[in-house]
Amino acid sequence: MKINKYFLLALPFYLIFIFFFIIPLILTIIVSFWDYTEYSIIPDFIFDNYKYIFNKCFKISTDLCVTFKTYLSTFYFCFMAWFFTLIIGFTVAYFLVFHVRSVGMQIVLFLICTIPFWTSNVIRMISWIPLLGRNGLFNSFLISTGVIDEPQEWFLYSHFSVILAFVHLYTLFMIVPIFNSLIRIDKSLIEAAYDSGANGFQILTNIIIPLCKPGIIIGSIFVITVVMGDFLTIGIMGGQQIASIGKIIQVEMSYLQLPSAAANAVILLIITLLLIWTMTKFIDIRKEL
Amino acid sequence: MLNKKGKSYYFCWGFFLAFVIFLYGPTFTIVVLSFQGPEGGLTFPMNGFSFHWFHKLWEGGGYVDIGSAFRRSILLGLILMVLTVLLSVSAGMAFRKKFFGANFLFLITVSSLIVPSIILSLGIALEFRLLDETLKFLGDKYSIQWIINDFQTTLNMYSSGLGAQLTWTLPFGLLIMFAIFNRFDKSFEEASMDLGASSWQTFKFVVLPIIAPSVIGIALFGFTLSYDELARSSQVMGATNTLPLELKGLTTTVTTPVIYALGTLTTGISFLAIFIAIILFMIMRKK
Repeated sequence: MKINKYFLLALPFYLIFIFFFIIPLILTIIVSFWDYTEYSIIPDFIFDNYKYIFNKCFKISTDLCVTFKTYLSTFYFCFMAWFFTLIIGFTVAYFLVFHVRSVGMQIVLFLICTIPFWTSNVIRMISWIPLLGRNGLFNSFLISTGVIDEPQEWFLYSHFSVILAFVHLYTLFMIVPIFNSLIRIDKSLIEAAYDSGANGFQILTNIIIPLCKPGIIIGSIFVITVVMGDFLTIGIMGGQQIASIGKIIQVEMSYLQLPSAAANAVILLIITLLLIWTMTKFIDIRKEL
Repeated sequence: MLNKKGKSYYFCWGFFLAFVIFLYGPTFTIVVLSFQGPEGGLTFPMNGFSFHWFHKLWEGGGYVDIGSAFRRSILLGLILMVLTVLLSVSAGMAFRKKFFGANFLFLITVSSLIVPSIILSLGIALEFRLLDETLKFLGDKYSIQWIINDFQTTLNMYSSGLGAQLTWTLPFGLLIMFAIFNRFDKSFEEASMDLGASSWQTFKFVVLPIIAPSVIGIALFGFTLSYDELARSSQVMGATNTLPLELKGLTTTVTTPVIYALGTLTTGISFLAIFIAIILFMIMRKK
């Protein structure tokens, strides 16, 4: 390989990612070892920021420390969002690939699923308020049908509404890669299994799911990483009452405790990378693009 | 199994319809509620029908300057659109051949999609802050007057904000280019080269017309993703706010349907962009 005109073609793209991706990440790691005062950050090499994060975390006698609690809560959101986006995303993708016969119709229905992705996330979150609020549609409906006697408070600004918003916003991240995997499955395999006497459930578990595993993994990576670092959805849909690592970083930044925020970011990055690494053990991503 | 319309078929249709209602229902609700009468509140029932809240919005609604945030967001979106198209198409062309660091570039592009946005936002904020301090230090050392007197920060919508958003739009652009060239018939290009066209002529008269409809898709991603982007740019916009940032602030303070009117308007703009893209796509397809 040599430096040629193709390298020059890619150079602007390259520079953007060096300046706005590589250098910022390296600086984050460096600054996480720095000291700070209320007004400034001071070059240093100390572990105080990390010590502070894990303060009292490894004493068995006390309750779980704030950091571990926050990570546990974030993992819980990850799992719930992952589970529901997977079930819904798979079903929708399965429908699009195996039940929609014409390609034109497939494109139209696929576009219908994609269009909300191009609109504002904040608006899509806010739009749950008239439905889930104390005087919202769901409460009025449930009261009028006699299912409940008084308005339920837990629909909005709760764990429930946060998970609902994650599913609402990110199911597309599952649909697209799973669709991409499913569409490549040779239909004659399924015909063959059917002719050999397999029932629908066996075909699903023995042929379709194993063959679309790469799509499932890629979708899972997207959903899990986006939930791991989230601070907006948990903030808005949780009524600013639920903690998350992303929110800790954001709050520390607003108090200009940048080295401390950087240390939190480094730990979050390491955990996210570990999660991705574990998932990619199951597939070879580059083959799938 | 595939030719029978069994239980699975009807179940899946039902499931899909329910999913579409789930997807669009809430947005539809706020569109309806944004036409509340002047006495109406944040929830149903509708108290009459009016454009009252849109008028309020137009007047500024007593809140922050939404009009200029709107203009800023649209301008930034258009800049992102142009940059995303130019950079993705040229990088996409480069990726068809081998070049120095191609694998590495691919790796960081994909990583950029999955790195938590808040981390990147923090990193870029740190980078520009350190840049500021370096500039101030140099200004003091060499007594550069404009730095000592006027310089505040390099953190700006069109520097750090733009860069943060590029790390989000460019990966989509490049992946679309990959998808295009996976299905691209090279023989047209070879024919053109054989007939003596230069590589620029070949690109302009052969490759570009073929990929043009899909490039519309990249432009759509570039504009809409920037126009609605919040997580990555949240810490790096400097003194100015874009529309999504204003919106996020309004969620905690506004208690009137004005916020729905704003939501209807922004969603309308996104839909307009999608509509234009689809029309352009169809026109180019026909050629």
